Amino acid sequence: MTVIIDYDAGNLRSVQRACTEVGLDAEITADPERVRHAARVIFPGVGAAGSAMRSLCGTGMDVALKEVIAAGRPVLGICLGLQISLDHSEENDQRTLGLIPGNVRRFSFDDPELKIPHMGWNEVRVLQPHPLLEGIEAGDEFYFVHGYFPQPEDRANVYAVTDYESEFASAVGRENYFATQFHPEKSGRVGLRLLARFKDWDGTC
Amino acid sequence: MLSKRLIACLDVRDGKLAKSVRFVDTKDIGDPVEKAREYYADGLDELVFYDITASSDKRNIMLDVVEKVAEQVFIPLSVGGGVRSVADATDLRLAGAEKINVNSAAVQRPELISECAEAIGDQNIVLSMDIRRVERCDEFPSGYEIVINGGRTPMGIDALDWARKGEKLGAGELVINSIDADGTREGYELTLTAMLAEAVRIPVIASGGAGKPEHLYDVLTTGKADAALVASMVHYGDYTVSELKQYLHDQGVKMRMSW
Repeated sequence: MTVIIDYDAGNLRSVQRACTEVGLDAEITADPERVRHAARVIFPGVGAAGSAMRSLCGTGMDVALKEVIAAGRPVLGICLGLQISLDHSEENDQRTLGLIPGNVRRFSFDDPELKIPHMGWNEVRVLQPHPLLEGIEAGDEFYFVHGYFPQPEDRANVYAVTDYESEFASAVGRENYFATQFHPEKSGRVGLRLLARFKDWDGTC
Repeated sequence: MLSKRLIACLDVRDGKLAKSVRFVDTKDIGDPVEKAREYYADGLDELVFYDITASSDKRNIMLDVVEKVAEQVFIPLSVGGGVRSVADATDLRLAGAEKINVNSAAVQRPELISECAEAIGDQNIVLSMDIRRVERCDEFPSGYEIVINGGRTPMGIDALDWARKGEKLGAGELVINSIDADGTREGYELTLTAMLAEAVRIPVIASGGAGKPEHLYDVLTTGKADAALVASMVHYGDYTVSELKQYLHDQGVKMRMSW
């Protein structure tokens, strides 16, 4: 069974619909027990780091998520899901899950033409191969909506990057955990392909 | 680098596609779900549904349309028209809308923007502004005024002030709809669009007046818009989505070209 973690993080049905489209039956759940017993887990999220962490920790979902990752099962983080998997976020000055070493910083530009949030389609450049990124070609674009960006400490955890004034990590991973800053569920066919690969991923890379 | 977006707007009345010309004489032109699928397959970057159903007891038809589209179309989907409360916004979100457009009700009660932003996130609230050109004067220093009710009711509010206020209240994006240009196919209101785009840090979508590919080029360059919204020029088959994107790409505008 695949579960999508519900922690009051917004519109999860779009993730679920995209999973259905690629033949992955996924249940939305707020119950840490369901997550503990899941074969694979999707950890999505929009909203703010502070309220997300309060909600996760308040329900014990943070512990369940760490357990399922420690058990080696495939876990896919999306957007805020990625951001709160690092150590700390400038958003609400929040300590986060610490699954991957690094911080989340706020976009800040001198150029007034660069809008915040970073919203729209942008290119994702693969830095190192990963089973979930297979088939992505130069020029393929994904849909982003975020005002903060991830900055992992170790380049080994960065699988893809995207340019918005400067380069930021748009896909990160460590063993059986993988996460994207972009929204595969809103990124047309290339996004669906990534979800289809997650369906078949055994958690190794 | 972020691509410019091509957005198609589908006006829906009683569950059917309609296109307004200067907001009156709407005319049915087909099935919105079918059109949405067609544009998605042809590389559209984002979809907007605008519910122009007159009677509120038919609103469930719109939720049904949104739900059907969300099952088949995997790009951002924005829905507006008659959103008056957080409950309206939440219903549409559950049906599958990513972003919610607020318009008239927000002009009458600006807190609607902050309430919705709080409930569903800043980035998901789009402030849609219907704007008409007026004499520049003390009341309208920008020379543009906000109107509501499909352009029929002038509100005595300066467009530039309203854009800034909307951003402050938590809108994540602005739609600048010129009612002078809407339906004319003579081009977007470039002066208005550029003025508002320069006044805010959030993305700006230009709307109203597109008739030729050159108009899109103009508004995405001179007009400083982040996205161009089209309706009749694609609905009636004069141009396809991919043709427009190819044209813009060939002119040097950064567009998403693989899908």
